[in-house]
Amino acid sequence: MDTLDKLAILTDAAKYDVACTSSGIDRKGEAGSVGNAVASGICHSFSADGRCVALLKVLLSNACVYDCNYCVNRRTNEVRRATFTPRELAELMMGFYRRNYIEGLFLSSAVVRSPDYTCEQMIEALSLIRNEYRFRGYIHVKAIPGADDKLLTALGMLADRMSINLELPSNDSLKLLAPDKSRESILEPMGMIKTGIKENRTDIVKYRGAPKFVPAGQSTQIIIGATPETDYQIINLTSALYKKYELKRVFYSAYMPVLDGSNLPAIDTKPQLLREHRLYQADWLLRFYKFEAQELLDEGNPNFNLLIDPKCNWALNNYGMFPVEINTVPYEILLRVPGIGVRSAQKIIQARRVGRLDFVDLKKMNVVLKRAQYFIKCNGRTMTGIAASPESVLWGLLSERSVSLIQSSEQLSLFDNGVTGVESTREDLVKCLTGQI
Amino acid sequence: MPYRTDIAYLYDGSFYGLLCCVYESYYAREMPFAIFNYDEEQETLFVVKEIFTDEVKAEKVEKSIAEKISSDALKLVHMCYLSRIDERELAILRFLRMGYKIGADVMDMLANDVVRVVVNAAKNVAGESHLFTGFLRFGEYNGALAAVIEPKNFILPVIAPHFCDRLPSEQFLIYDKTHKYVFVYEKGEHNLMPLDNFELPEAGEDEEMYRRLWKRFYTTIAIKGRINPKLQRGNLPKRYRKHMTEFVD
Repeated sequence: MDTLDKLAILTDAAKYDVACTSSGIDRKGEAGSVGNAVASGICHSFSADGRCVALLKVLLSNACVYDCNYCVNRRTNEVRRATFTPRELAELMMGFYRRNYIEGLFLSSAVVRSPDYTCEQMIEALSLIRNEYRFRGYIHVKAIPGADDKLLTALGMLADRMSINLELPSNDSLKLLAPDKSRESILEPMGMIKTGIKENRTDIVKYRGAPKFVPAGQSTQIIIGATPETDYQIINLTSALYKKYELKRVFYSAYMPVLDGSNLPAIDTKPQLLREHRLYQADWLLRFYKFEAQELLDEGNPNFNLLIDPKCNWALNNYGMFPVEINTVPYEILLRVPGIGVRSAQKIIQARRVGRLDFVDLKKMNVVLKRAQYFIKCNGRTMTGIAASPESVLWGLLSERSVSLIQSSEQLSLFDNGVTGVESTREDLVKCLTGQI
Repeated sequence: MPYRTDIAYLYDGSFYGLLCCVYESYYAREMPFAIFNYDEEQETLFVVKEIFTDEVKAEKVEKSIAEKISSDALKLVHMCYLSRIDERELAILRFLRMGYKIGADVMDMLANDVVRVVVNAAKNVAGESHLFTGFLRFGEYNGALAAVIEPKNFILPVIAPHFCDRLPSEQFLIYDKTHKYVFVYEKGEHNLMPLDNFELPEAGEDEEMYRRLWKRFYTTIAIKGRINPKLQRGNLPKRYRKHMTEFVD
């Protein structure tokens, strides 16, 4: 089998891992080496699905000994199998990197023979890349659950980021779809990585030039829509992962039916893309906007509104605290105004140091007022001059897109939690939504 | 004495040349209504004053910007200079005159028309530079790397250090087809110079193989059930694709 075939097979098998970020670490180049790393991350292309391509994302092998129900690489699935030799992978990756196709490597693997053996193969490939090819660019590696701690540590010393996919949001779901995995078998190595990062940090303080263990931190992925968990459960889980395991990122992946299986959703199930989008928005609120999971959802209202974003939803539910005065409101509250992101908030803080701001000024600063206008005052005045009720605000917030989303039949199938009965008229929509407030 | 305004400046187009225009504007008490460079048409009924680039004057201005406004202001002005907005020289001159009056606070006056023109232009340059650090594609020709780009702004001076740091052992060149400039790097030595024309050589067998491999990877990585050309276009507008391996036949 030639490299082209192997690449196709091992890329195809890796593409459902959504993480393709190269962010989290700055590392300058060095004479005699190849590559550097940029903390903000660099996208090198965007594939036909619109997603960023930053890393050569491949499996070392797809010849798996496990038989996880939902996985294309499961032992009993009839697909072509391939395995890169460490040398082959290193050559390919360096050839791509020199041409500026990629920012680095995202290496994962099916479990070949045993977790330890698989881990050893990955270590060999990464050692080659780091030591022989002297690569200083970005490497993301998937930890192999069940491998020896010593091997995982060695693997982490060669990578910038390490991840272990949680895959399914609850232990029951894991039992159902991934009988070879358990919550413990995933969380244990996650804890090991966390401890490793911490200990390593104290080592680095002790002596300069101490080798770094996953300096860009760890991340994970959760599959959305294959099992019945609510958004509330998922967001709580996410929050716990950030707090307890100090993860850098949690990725969500709308379940794509690629296999038939008795426990799996039907093969014609549509991926819940809008729901995935809302989860990412909420994830942003947790990481950058200082929201707590419990502020966004609760047991009585366990799923995100698909028609408006989580921040708007929160603001409407807490309409009593709005509108806030742009010229005096603290940064933390400014961040909670729908339509005002981190950048706009920073610009406002910066500009109001040298003068009072009015709506005209905000527009000139490219602060988008489409949503924000309902939640702010400038010099004591709202933009329209009249006080609004949450109901009327909702009218304004419903984007044309939300309405058209509802109208398109394809997306209608997404609304399986209470919104199904909604017909395409705007009025009905609003009634339904205000009912939720 | 009021400032004279019925006058245009003509300079060599360099950043130092522009700083000399700033110098002249101050010491001759003039606020030109236009600043042309040698490549532009200069049809005007008014006096055109040629400003010669003088390193000593330019460095004085550079120092005064850092001292009287801030070092960030100097960076900002340089980024704006690399942009291709209309009348960027005048925009910079207006910004600096205001900065000298107000001091460091000018950097926070984001709603001010004079300031936001410069800030937005600089942001546009920074944004385009960042995109090209990813979208630029090298080809390998007899061991040396070469790339062609067609950016709107003159980003070559911004992105070149990134590639020098990244590929210190390589020999490479980047040709900016829009502005007809080339950046050449070899063994720690680098050079940025004008070049009227440049064509990439024919690709060899090895290079062709890497292109095939990359294209295969690129098409395979997309998830069929999520195809979304609109999102793709938003993230990677078509004007960038002209020289990207995965979009070229």
